[in-house]
Amino acid sequence: MLDLWNNLHPLVQGLIKGLAVILVIFPLAGASSLAERKVSAWMQGRPGPNRAMVPWIAWIPFLSTFLRRLGLFHLLADGGKLLFKEEPLPGHVNKLYFILAPVIAMMPAFTTVTVVPFGAYLTGSGEMVPLMLANVDVGLLAVFAVSSLGVYSLILAGWASNSKYPFLGGVRASAQLISYELSMTLSVVPVFLWINAPGTAGTMSLARVVEFQSQPGFWGGTWFVFLMPVSAFIFLVSLFAETNRQPFDMAESEADLVGGFHTEFGAFKWSLFFVAEYSHMLVGSGVFILLFLGGWNPLPWVSLADLIGGLHRLTHAAAVVHPLFVGVLSIVIFLVKVLAMIFFFMWIRWTIPRFRYDQVMKLGWQRLLPLAIGNLVFYALAIAFLQKPV
Amino acid sequence: MAHVLFNCFALLTIAGAVGVVANKNTVNAAMCFLLSLVGLAGLFVQLDAYLLAFVLLLVYAGAVVALFLFIIMLLDTQGRQKWDFSKLAVFTSLVAFGLLLAGLGTFVKRGQLEAPNPNAAGGVGAALKPYAYQLFTTYLLPVEVMGFLLLVAMLGVIVLSRKAGAGEDAP
Repeated sequence: MLDLWNNLHPLVQGLIKGLAVILVIFPLAGASSLAERKVSAWMQGRPGPNRAMVPWIAWIPFLSTFLRRLGLFHLLADGGKLLFKEEPLPGHVNKLYFILAPVIAMMPAFTTVTVVPFGAYLTGSGEMVPLMLANVDVGLLAVFAVSSLGVYSLILAGWASNSKYPFLGGVRASAQLISYELSMTLSVVPVFLWINAPGTAGTMSLARVVEFQSQPGFWGGTWFVFLMPVSAFIFLVSLFAETNRQPFDMAESEADLVGGFHTEFGAFKWSLFFVAEYSHMLVGSGVFILLFLGGWNPLPWVSLADLIGGLHRLTHAAAVVHPLFVGVLSIVIFLVKVLAMIFFFMWIRWTIPRFRYDQVMKLGWQRLLPLAIGNLVFYALAIAFLQKPV
Repeated sequence: MAHVLFNCFALLTIAGAVGVVANKNTVNAAMCFLLSLVGLAGLFVQLDAYLLAFVLLLVYAGAVVALFLFIIMLLDTQGRQKWDFSKLAVFTSLVAFGLLLAGLGTFVKRGQLEAPNPNAAGGVGAALKPYAYQLFTTYLLPVEVMGFLLLVAMLGVIVLSRKAGAGEDAP
């Protein structure tokens, strides 16, 4: 199996990996959009989407009612509707950029997935091997660099629409995303200062961060959210701003900008923006979990290796320590955490009202950025004091 | 394979750069600049200088060009520009062009380009540690000077953007 994979042409390998990303992220993002509708409904005390049904399943007595109320088939209905709807192309738009903008929205969102590790398996000697599509040493930097290109889709969509409200949305997006990128980048520096102890080879790898959080002992197993709560908080707030989520969805802001940058878009082009937004959320949550919430370790102070060891002692089954089982288990743990983060995104949406634009700018430049710099200086001093030079 | 990729990226870089200068539409020009930067990042990746490639994308493609677009939209300078430069501007740009030509001429005539070491960029620009080490030892003075220049520019912006007579911005 592995030999077969390694013998493939690199181009074919890349193609398969790319298809895998699309096949996993696209439905996941679509499911998130349905979950958003459903969770929003529950939080507002209404039933939410509960009509769509597939004929054959409708004949099963109790299950069909349950599934209909859950609204699962709205995902299919929505997808089908958006695919087959007429694609409106307003006469006053810049056609090239108007069509290009949704495509550009997808590209960074899907590209960043390749460098995010999503699980791990353990070799016979207990060594952790991360599962990721492209293992680059610059890890997090690649995520930041590529995801920062996502702003162009918003700017271009707003500009190419050639009408007032989308334009305002595009201008807001360009200023907002740059403002919060600074705090976001600064907030993760303490993490990498801490894991790149003197004498080790410097790395920005996300897998290394998780490895650091799964060491034995109290300090080894401490997730960085406990060790660096301020960093985690700044990163989380910036993540909301970077993914254009409420309370920071200035580019969209239905209350004052109709639909913001996507006002003029319809049908599948419109839905591509939403798939891109949810992909950004998925990747962003993944990075947050890897950095601060222990990655694929089930609980703080309980690493994946501990869990596997415990299971093995309980069951004495050889299958438990098989790399395939460990890999799948780690992916499941990671995915559960990511979905919990997505739920958190929706929870915040209905908890904190949208900011005004000047408040967003003020928060970014006058509160978060100084806080991030202060946090960095504090941790730099603390780490210099704690980690003895070799 | 490597040659094909190099040719693609080099073509992208140069075509993008030409597009920046040749385009009348400022948004198109900015997008060409973006393409050029992406090509340049691809060239860096081919030299194994991954860090440089991603820093280039992060800083220039991710932030600087986005700011350009922001300014273009804010000022809305769509195709209204005519060739109405002042005499001083024409004179200085001619002088600058002459200097550039002279520099290129002397370089072609007398300059000696040592055979470039393809591993040099990869050695320094591949990972964080060697890069940072160079930044804080060999190139400390240029870095400090650049930082100071940026500080001067920032102070200039603060001074210029302050409204005369107004001490505190009204909310």
